[in-house]
Amino acid sequence: MWVELLVIGIKLAVVLAALLTTVPIMVWVERRASALMQDRLGPNRVGPFGLFQPVVDAVKLITKEDLIPANVSRFLFILAPVVALTVALSTFIAVPFGNDSGLELFGHAVRGFIVAPDLNIGILYIFAIASLAVYATVLAGWSSNNKYSLYGGIRASAQTVSYELAMTISVVGVLMASESLHLDQVVAHQSGTWLWVLPRWNVFPQLIGAITFMVAAFAETNRIPFDLPEAEAELVSGYLTEYSSMKYAAFFMGEYVHMTVASALITVLFFGGWTLPWVDLAFAGWLGGLLSIAIFVAKVSFFLFFFVWVRWTLPRFRFDQLMALGWKVMIPLSVLNFLWVGIAMAAGIL
Amino acid sequence: MVPIVFAIAAFVAVVFAIVTIAHRSPVINVLSLVVVFFAMAAIFALLGMDFLAAIQIIVYSGAILVLFLFVIMLLNIRSVERLGSGRRMQALLGAVAAAGIGASALIAVSLLTPTSGAVYPGSLETGTVAPIGRALLTTHLFAFEFITLLLVAAIVGAVYLARREHR
Amino acid sequence: MTDIPIPHTWVLALSAALFAIGVLGVLLRRNGIAIFLSLELMLNSANLAFVAFAMTLAAQPGGAEAALSGQLFVFFVIGVAAAEAAVGLALFIALHRLKGTIDVDRVNILRW
Repeated sequence: MWVELLVIGIKLAVVLAALLTTVPIMVWVERRASALMQDRLGPNRVGPFGLFQPVVDAVKLITKEDLIPANVSRFLFILAPVVALTVALSTFIAVPFGNDSGLELFGHAVRGFIVAPDLNIGILYIFAIASLAVYATVLAGWSSNNKYSLYGGIRASAQTVSYELAMTISVVGVLMASESLHLDQVVAHQSGTWLWVLPRWNVFPQLIGAITFMVAAFAETNRIPFDLPEAEAELVSGYLTEYSSMKYAAFFMGEYVHMTVASALITVLFFGGWTLPWVDLAFAGWLGGLLSIAIFVAKVSFFLFFFVWVRWTLPRFRFDQLMALGWKVMIPLSVLNFLWVGIAMAAGIL
Repeated sequence: MVPIVFAIAAFVAVVFAIVTIAHRSPVINVLSLVVVFFAMAAIFALLGMDFLAAIQIIVYSGAILVLFLFVIMLLNIRSVERLGSGRRMQALLGAVAAAGIGASALIAVSLLTPTSGAVYPGSLETGTVAPIGRALLTTHLFAFEFITLLLVAAIVGAVYLARREHR
Repeated sequence: MTDIPIPHTWVLALSAALFAIGVLGVLLRRNGIAIFLSLELMLNSANLAFVAFAMTLAAQPGGAEAALSGQLFVFFVIGVAAAEAAVGLALFIALHRLKGTIDVDRVNILRW
């Protein structure tokens, strides 16, 4: 039993380290990529290509004065960033990030590159924990005792709850096709090709579901074009207005980790996870495992770049447009996708 | 191992339930109820009913209590009275009634024969999604469709009741 | 997991305790939202009782069907609680708009 706990502990440590390392890399990518898209240079002084910029940013954030305004409810003010970071980090335990063909560590079977291999309700667990993320923004907005923060908090709660529905329904088609809620099964279902040309990824037969899920993921992580809760230049800084130094850094990290989890989910559910159809035969042993992890990381990185790309390309939605999109467009489209998958499965196509 | 986890979850549930009913601030009440529901989801998962645990967190903590929080923030509800203030007689009677209900329930429970060490033949499957889905759409189809109707009625009712009067 | 070493009486005792705490909350609080929260607590304790019996029934031969029914009942109770919360909160909003307060002691226009 202790060996089993040790193996799980190692997997957990690897996942946490990877997630937290993604944050400084994303800070650098965001600033350089946005600069290059806007035809300017971005940070390029602090190291080769500005690579040490995140380090310097972190030092700045840590040494800033940590200000708690006078009339806030202290407990809720301090609780909000804690909830943001904890919830974002907890969702990753049900996501598979590599291929395991009977590997062993310390004489105990690793049972899959996934921190919780026995969780049969994989994707439901992720949705359950992700639905708790709304409390961070709502509590931040409420406890700041400031009308701009309150507007940001209320908008965040309405937006998150609306797009949660679209997100959940668009995934049902994938679950029906894979006949399991466990994400390892969902990935395994997507290995191989159709006619040796097209990989058997879920995005091809369920394009509407994939698009709906991606839009809902943008809304859930409060990224442009859905970032009204922290709209800069409109709401001062929305629910983040009164936060400084380490608490702001915690929110910031929580947002990037949330983005990483969303990209990982898009990869696993619609783009084949760690499988690449023409490389499948090489997956054996530890080298194969590492190869599959590398493929997964490459796909997740592409989607993280996609998040940044969309942020610096599109303008922001107005709040009523956002709610109308969520309820009147996204939910009917995802239900349509679900009907299409049902009909296709009954007719034997999928 | 299982009794220890159950004991911790039960302790957390009872402590935070008392905070829910006793604290002045409505926001703290809602947040402690979130913790109570989390503890109960842990107990459901411990008893092998994972689907129910996930549904409890998604629906109760993640949606219903967010709605409560939203309404508290919208109406700016503060609470300045302490538990049972201004209603001495009712507070005393209420406490006696609650203690009575609790005690009688506990006595009734202790009269049941405990079945520890129960073995599940094929019980590994009854908590997962497939059997529940199958049962929902075959044996309990009528109840399933009816609850859909109930939820639509509730949505329409809530939208109508909360709208502004346009005179 | 083929052996659950908790007697179902423990779960029922917890359910009884939570129910009693919920009743205390409903009787002693004046704030409408707090009363509503105590009500949700009581509904949850009922759910716990259903789950305790579903667990016991699953252990008996041929009891898998009844155990499933127990879990489905909890599912329906959660659905009904959601509907009730939505309508109840809409009522509170309307009440607040009318009286400016949700203190239940002040909402007594229909009294004799």
